[in-house]
Amino acid sequence: MTLLDVALAVAGLLAVAGGVAVVSTKQLVRAGLWLVVALGAVAVEFLLLGAEFAAWVQVLIYVGAVVVLLLFAVMLTRAPIGPSPDLDRPLLPALLVGAAAGLGLAGLFAAAFGRLTVPAPGAGTAQKLGTAIFDDWVLPFEVLSVLLLAALVGAIVLSRRESTR
Amino acid sequence: MILSLLSDVPPLTPLGGDPTLEDFGKDPWWIVLIKVLAVFVFLVVMTLFTIWYERRVVARMQVRPGPNRHGPFGLLQSLADGLKLAFKEDIMPLKADKIVFFIAPVISTVCAFTAFAIIPFGPMVSMFGVKTPMQLTDIPVAVLLVLACSGMGIYGIVLGGWASGSTYPLLGGLRSSAQLISYEVAMGLSFVAVFMTAGTMSTSGIVAAQAHGGEAFGWLPTPGWFALLLLPSFVIYSISAVGETNRAPFDLPEAESELVGGFHTEYSSLKFALFFLAEYINMVTVSALCTTLFLGGWRAPAPITTVWAGANSGWWPLLWFTIKVLLLLFVFVWLRGTLPRLRYDQFMRFGWKVLIPVNLVWILALAGLKVAQKSSYSTTDKLMFVGVPLAVIILLALFWPAKAEEEPKTVQEQVAERPEGSFPLPPMDLQVPVSPRAKRLTAERETVPASTEKEV
Repeated sequence: MTLLDVALAVAGLLAVAGGVAVVSTKQLVRAGLWLVVALGAVAVEFLLLGAEFAAWVQVLIYVGAVVVLLLFAVMLTRAPIGPSPDLDRPLLPALLVGAAAGLGLAGLFAAAFGRLTVPAPGAGTAQKLGTAIFDDWVLPFEVLSVLLLAALVGAIVLSRRESTR
Repeated sequence: MILSLLSDVPPLTPLGGDPTLEDFGKDPWWIVLIKVLAVFVFLVVMTLFTIWYERRVVARMQVRPGPNRHGPFGLLQSLADGLKLAFKEDIMPLKADKIVFFIAPVISTVCAFTAFAIIPFGPMVSMFGVKTPMQLTDIPVAVLLVLACSGMGIYGIVLGGWASGSTYPLLGGLRSSAQLISYEVAMGLSFVAVFMTAGTMSTSGIVAAQAHGGEAFGWLPTPGWFALLLLPSFVIYSISAVGETNRAPFDLPEAESELVGGFHTEYSSLKFALFFLAEYINMVTVSALCTTLFLGGWRAPAPITTVWAGANSGWWPLLWFTIKVLLLLFVFVWLRGTLPRLRYDQFMRFGWKVLIPVNLVWILALAGLKVAQKSSYSTTDKLMFVGVPLAVIILLALFWPAKAEEEPKTVQEQVAERPEGSFPLPPMDLQVPVSPRAKRLTAERETVPASTEKEV
């Protein structure tokens, strides 16, 4: 148990706690802020594992853009200050489904990778990541790009108003 | 890592040389403390100075003296204003979300200060006998850290606007989040060309890459500064930096005539001062980043180094760096003194439909050039590689079918197109009755004697 392990565990706990707070808070905008905590903790995990590039991109994209856009959309529609009682869902089914999904995934991952030892790949520099993406994983990368483009075009088509003529 | 006590490890580069990534993280803790304090003091002093500088320069542009009462040339004016602001009553709006209202300016300021940590001020110097780079820290992805910090800084503005519990701040916060996200994309894309040319994302590495000019295709000499070498990126960065710092002519989040004060309408006292500080620090940061990425960083400009070889060693680079930053800050002030504010839709259209596509095409062209340069083709092939796509683009641009001119709509058609619930229109054939005053004037004129009629 090194200092790194402890730090990793703390960041992991923080991420999980942030995630729980997202779904349990009664204040709409605070939920978005807890999401920032959860995503930020994941970035810290990346940083601790030596993947600096992935960590900062995580902060840049998820914390800096995705959640801001989310808050933006929430504020455009409704963003009351103080608790919103209509946010509550039935507690028991939610707990059951959440716990089952969480524990199931955790068990699955533990069973699949728990005893696996992976040699430390060294610092995750941008160069390494770029080489990996564009040499070994270029097809998935391109497919994902096309998927995102399709989503983008779809969003535009859906939000376009029919022309009056 | 930063706090390691490995002070006895000899530096890898000689004194006065360019620091490399290996030189960082070896400082004793007290050197780190001194550097942190130096960066903090630099930013606060720069903020106080920039406020005075801006007021004086704008005043000069508007032919008036500007602040000149406190201290020589009024230099202490912003200090006096700052003290006054700190002692003002701190008002917490009744409807505000107390915690978030308090945190928002803190987020803004912390992010603004953090971004400056990776700005290089100079080469390796000797500080109390310890050889250390004149830069707080550097990481392989340093420039991304600046982007991430400015991305986090958006929270300060959005949350400040929301937590005030008032309409105008909320609208101001929404506007600014949309604006900052849009212009951050353009800003991030303008860095890509720099990364591709320098081959690194660390700021000290980028400064080192601009030290000497290179050669394109083996014979074409290229300048060292990326501002000249990558001119489109520099122009796009400069524009998006103004958008990113909420400065005129892009100061839409706090457009007084539309939004009172924007996101900080409800803020007062020290919390407002923090927002103010963050805005000016951001201005200094984007200027410093521009200096680092495009204007050769702390290196002396070209003619000086040919005359004086020692200009790039010791503590002198601090001077060149500060001069470059001050010149860029002058441009900010100049813009504010010259240009009127843009309309919001024009501004967004400009960002998304001009800056980003132009940037993408430029990156693509640059990548093509780099591939052509690196590969083992002959010079003719390389020229073909550049020339043929260029010719195709020019031909396409020349023979692109022009957009058919639409016939202008008649008034009746325009009226018919208006959606339900529009404002009522006056009838088109409305006859406005002549006002009694005009009638009286006409009547008086008619009584003028016939002899002076020619003159009327």
